[in-house]
Amino acid sequence: MIYLQLFLTFFHVGSLSFGGGYASLPLIQEQVVLKHKWLSMADFVDIITISQMTPGPIALNTSTFVGTRMAGFPGAVVATLGCVTPSCIIVLILAFLYKRYKNLSVVQAILSGLRPAVVALIASAGTSIVALTLWHDPELGMSAANFNGIGVVLFVTSLAIMRIRRVGPIKMMLANGVVGAVLYYFLG
Amino acid sequence: MQRDSKFYRKLFQSTFTLSAFTFGGGTVIVPLMQQKFVNELGWLEQEEMLNLCAIAQSAPGPMAVNVSILLGYHLAGLPGAFFSILGTIMPPLFILTLVSSIYTWFKSSTVVSLVLRGMQAGVAAVVVDVSLKMAGTVFGQKRILYVAIMFFALLAILVFKMNILLVLAISALTSLLNMYYMKKRERRVSTS
Repeated sequence: MIYLQLFLTFFHVGSLSFGGGYASLPLIQEQVVLKHKWLSMADFVDIITISQMTPGPIALNTSTFVGTRMAGFPGAVVATLGCVTPSCIIVLILAFLYKRYKNLSVVQAILSGLRPAVVALIASAGTSIVALTLWHDPELGMSAANFNGIGVVLFVTSLAIMRIRRVGPIKMMLANGVVGAVLYYFLG
Repeated sequence: MQRDSKFYRKLFQSTFTLSAFTFGGGTVIVPLMQQKFVNELGWLEQEEMLNLCAIAQSAPGPMAVNVSILLGYHLAGLPGAFFSILGTIMPPLFILTLVSSIYTWFKSSTVVSLVLRGMQAGVAAVVVDVSLKMAGTVFGQKRILYVAIMFFALLAILVFKMNILLVLAISALTSLLNMYYMKKRERRVSTS
């Protein structure tokens, strides 16, 4: 019953991974590498690499990768469903409660305290991707040699365009992908 | 706004493309959603978006999935949640299935890595743009308390690497205590 096992394992990962993203890595490693031995440690590192290069949440990427390995595309679907089912249940309950009680003054007070914290959260999540864009090696920090000139140009131009005009995020990313690839290819 | 098939198609399309192009995962999807649903489509207010994000953060599971469910439910109830979650989980499913079969080529392909590097700059710009706008709104409220919470959270997360749930709990509690304090003072003023 590989399907059931996949579902349950990723259900487990999905229901315990608070904070999302890389916080869920140890949990996935424990389940997939150590407990079930579905992947070797080298495979697991490969997944992390792929996840950094491809879009999408790392938990979903791992679900799909492991599922495909174990039982083909149906395995990928089952693992992904397992991973998102806990979210669906918990978040839908929260969404329902929010709709129902958001006008209570207590809830209003809590939410107005959370909003500025979330702004900070978003900004700080942004710092790592900004650092990755502006410097060749974010670990080395600000030195002239470490500056990624093309990244800086792309970043500043995009930011300026968005400050002046409303541009959809997807158009912005695609344009950067094309222009960036050309610049990096010829100048990088 | 009419909840017709056109609306659902747009909702699915938007969550699908956002999920398909969001690198970095997690919280990075929020500014992109903000740009799409608040600034471009005007389907909800920024304040509402931040509320949803706060709720999503306090539940387990991938952030992108949680925010999508909340957003879909907020806009159009259960059917909305269904379409937005479908849009969010399909791209990783297809992309990873494809990539895992051509992994060696993918990892060594120059074109792929150059395009991805370029897109990274776009994502960074969107995140900064939206962060600036959001911070502007917090300043615009002209309430010291909220500005203080924002800076506290920024320091706590970036410098002190404090657990995010703890940061959120402290922020919520501070605002709650402030409300009770204000109410008490109002009562005292009105009785005297």
